Amino acid sequence: MSLEEELQSNVSVASSSPTKNTAGGGGLKVHNYFGLSDSSSVESSTLSGRVEDDKATISLKATELTLGLPGSQSTELDLLSPAKLNEKPFFPLLPSKDEICSSSSHKNIVASGNKRGFSDTMYTEKNWMFPESVAAQSVVKKEVPQNIPKGQLSTTNNSSSPPAAKAQIVGWPPVRSYRKNTLATTCKNSDEVDGKPGSAALFVKVSMDGAPYLRKVDLRSYTNYGELSSALEKMFTTFTLGHCGSNGAPGKDMLNETKLKDLLNGKDYVLTYEDKDGDWMLVGDVPWEMFIDVCKKLKIMKGCDAIGLAAAPRAIEKSKMRA
Amino acid sequence: MNYFPDEVIEHVFDFVTSHRDRNSISLVCKSWFKIERYSRQNVFIGNCYATSPERLLRRFPCFKSLTLKGKPHFADFNLVPHGWGGFVQPWIEALARSRVGLEELRLKRMVVTDESLELLSRSFVNFKSLVLVSCEGFSTDGLASIAANCRHLQDLDLQENDIDDHRGQWLSCFPETSTTLVTLNFACLEGETNLVALERLVARSPNLRSLKLNRTVPLEALARLMACAPQIVELGVGSYEDEQDSESCLRLQAAIRKCTSLRSLSGFLEAAPHCLSAFQPVCHNLTSLNLSYAAEINGSHLIRLIEHCKKLQRLWILDSIGDKGLEVVASTCKELQELRVFPTDLHGGGNAAVTEDGLVAISAGCPKLHSILYFCQQMTNEALITVAKNCPNFIRFRLCILEPHKPDHVTSQPLDEGFGAIVQACKNLKRLSVSGLLTDQVFLYIGMFATQLEMLSIAFAGDTDKGMLYVLNGCKKMRKLEIRDSPFGDAALLADVNKYETMRSLWMSSCEVTLGGCKRLAQKAPWLNVEIINENDNNRMEEENGYEGRQKVDKLYLYRTVVGTRVDAPPFVWIL
Repeated sequence: MSLEEELQSNVSVASSSPTKNTAGGGGLKVHNYFGLSDSSSVESSTLSGRVEDDKATISLKATELTLGLPGSQSTELDLLSPAKLNEKPFFPLLPSKDEICSSSSHKNIVASGNKRGFSDTMYTEKNWMFPESVAAQSVVKKEVPQNIPKGQLSTTNNSSSPPAAKAQIVGWPPVRSYRKNTLATTCKNSDEVDGKPGSAALFVKVSMDGAPYLRKVDLRSYTNYGELSSALEKMFTTFTLGHCGSNGAPGKDMLNETKLKDLLNGKDYVLTYEDKDGDWMLVGDVPWEMFIDVCKKLKIMKGCDAIGLAAAPRAIEKSKMRA
Repeated sequence: MNYFPDEVIEHVFDFVTSHRDRNSISLVCKSWFKIERYSRQNVFIGNCYATSPERLLRRFPCFKSLTLKGKPHFADFNLVPHGWGGFVQPWIEALARSRVGLEELRLKRMVVTDESLELLSRSFVNFKSLVLVSCEGFSTDGLASIAANCRHLQDLDLQENDIDDHRGQWLSCFPETSTTLVTLNFACLEGETNLVALERLVARSPNLRSLKLNRTVPLEALARLMACAPQIVELGVGSYEDEQDSESCLRLQAAIRKCTSLRSLSGFLEAAPHCLSAFQPVCHNLTSLNLSYAAEINGSHLIRLIEHCKKLQRLWILDSIGDKGLEVVASTCKELQELRVFPTDLHGGGNAAVTEDGLVAISAGCPKLHSILYFCQQMTNEALITVAKNCPNFIRFRLCILEPHKPDHVTSQPLDEGFGAIVQACKNLKRLSVSGLLTDQVFLYIGMFATQLEMLSIAFAGDTDKGMLYVLNGCKKMRKLEIRDSPFGDAALLADVNKYETMRSLWMSSCEVTLGGCKRLAQKAPWLNVEIINENDNNRMEEENGYEGRQKVDKLYLYRTVVGTRVDAPPFVWIL
């Protein structure tokens, strides 16, 4: 696929670039957060060990997380991000430029990698992504810093993809959710806000029948129903697998997303939402933009409980009334 | 002092109001302990799990006001999963059973239910004041009980809570005889309110000093309300659409001119760009201005208003004000003590509305500045060093550079020296939040110089365990330490276990601490609750043998407690 081709060319550029940074021959290896460095330490060595080690060691597991499993729809989110993030490293690594990018833009790159990792962690169990990324940070700092012309930085920014791919870190920036939601609603209600509609987050609670606690999701971090659905699947994996009762086993080996999807698609569970009028509707009947405008809460209901909930006709009626 | 009768000593103690001072008093001798105990009016409990309602009642049988805090600070940023804890219900139940004449309840980051509010409203005859900050779990039905049953209610102050708005008639539940309101703040409610009921309530409350409306209260209602309450001191404006209705506007302006006591302005959640000008007549008296939710008002309008606010002490604003706007603030607001600049664009999208220049301008122009919260895209060491020279009086210094690990944008160096200058110059610094590219060096500075530091927030900073050790060893007054995404591990965590007895709490998320390390800590310190929050898979941590000890802990929250393990923890919280 083109993604892999891109990766290949990325790798070759990386390895051929002149290394002005002497502190780490591994300096450039840091860019290869796609996991293409020689050493692949899976066990976490202590961080001080990493600092002394000039070669950045990014575990191969970083690759796994980044690329996701081929053909697996649920990892679409993972697949999207690296494709867009590819654009950033290209700029500093172009051989025609004399300057090697400064550590600040290194931070951009690796930080973006971090951001992706964090957002993945929201939805997966693979928490160990954090330490290695942070380790990468410390190595990068050892490099001789270079100045990068502001122009280059801004082109990088301009060419970078829409906010969704800059994958938001959980809980960052440290702004209260109340404030985020309030500003989001305010921006939504106005006609123009500097051409940046919906730049703030919009958290809604998600509950599931039988689950002991609620979760919260930021509706603005998705662009369509598919993304939302994948994210929710991942979030509520543990509960649904608890319901995989037929085998009896408490489901440790059953982190099988296909099975979960079957469960959800097999109409065992349906996704519903409460709208501004307080009515419970089925998710998916109205256009996405309208949906995030009216959705106040989400609920994953058992299929049998959802019988009689507003089906398409009623939802469309409502949307007509609002228009 | 023991030559005086107890009543005299008690009278002297009445002048000591700070709970810390009173805690010190009670340590002097047994007699003072006893006198202080019975005369303590206001009790402050910074961590509701550090003690229990029973112990509270045993120690202070006669208190009137209780302040409780629940979830850790990072819960504000969605780092603590829903259901973690902080339930107020057991506290209210216990207090209701006792004979305590509770008059005031102040809660922060706690879970409050309608049931709790109902019980509260029925149990304390003299209940006067309810202040809820960043709480959740209740609806307007709970507010209705408070309104209906608390005959002497003076304060109903709801700040930034997550309230289920049933769009009911809770405001109508205030009986017609209720005339005691002093504070009414429902700015965080989402739904429509009964405007008629609101007006009548305001009209019959001559003591009303603080009125903060929510976004659904329209302009013409505001004009009428202000006409009813010219004595108002704090006003939170609701929705303020374009001045199409000129009659309402004129009425508002007339009403505003009569509000000669108005000192604090906030709200403007739904505010059209030009609406601020109506408030110009009162600007010269304003001491507090919160425009941090007024996303639609652009910098020039903000500046035009602020130019008249010469007495401003507290300003909360969005970064749309820009560096130029901050220069105006610096030249106008010579009395400024607290400044908060919030980000408009939460995704760090490129256009830096405020930079280090704005911060430097403020520090140069406002000699009384002691608290700052500043969100920006970029910073330099030079700027921070200048700020430190200009403003050695900082008590709270919180700088948030939106992009993690961002270095000095001119020199590409870490910001160690800049923050080092701040802690060295500001000898009274009690609260610090650091950001940007930082190595262990900054923590060496903090440990060496920040002797008064009580709360430190660290994100994406440091290189090795040494960083955290510098802080733990150096900051003798540290009470709350919260760390995220930084490479500190077991060595730092376990170096000085007794340190945690002197602190309220420690939070570490996405760091290098392992399950084995946490277990060892819990063993060494039975007087600590060591909580592991692991949302993803409850069973995995326990059952993977062999690797268990080295498994990284996602979120660690530990705190000293005198009542041991709490019983209300949800399944994803594992208390070691």
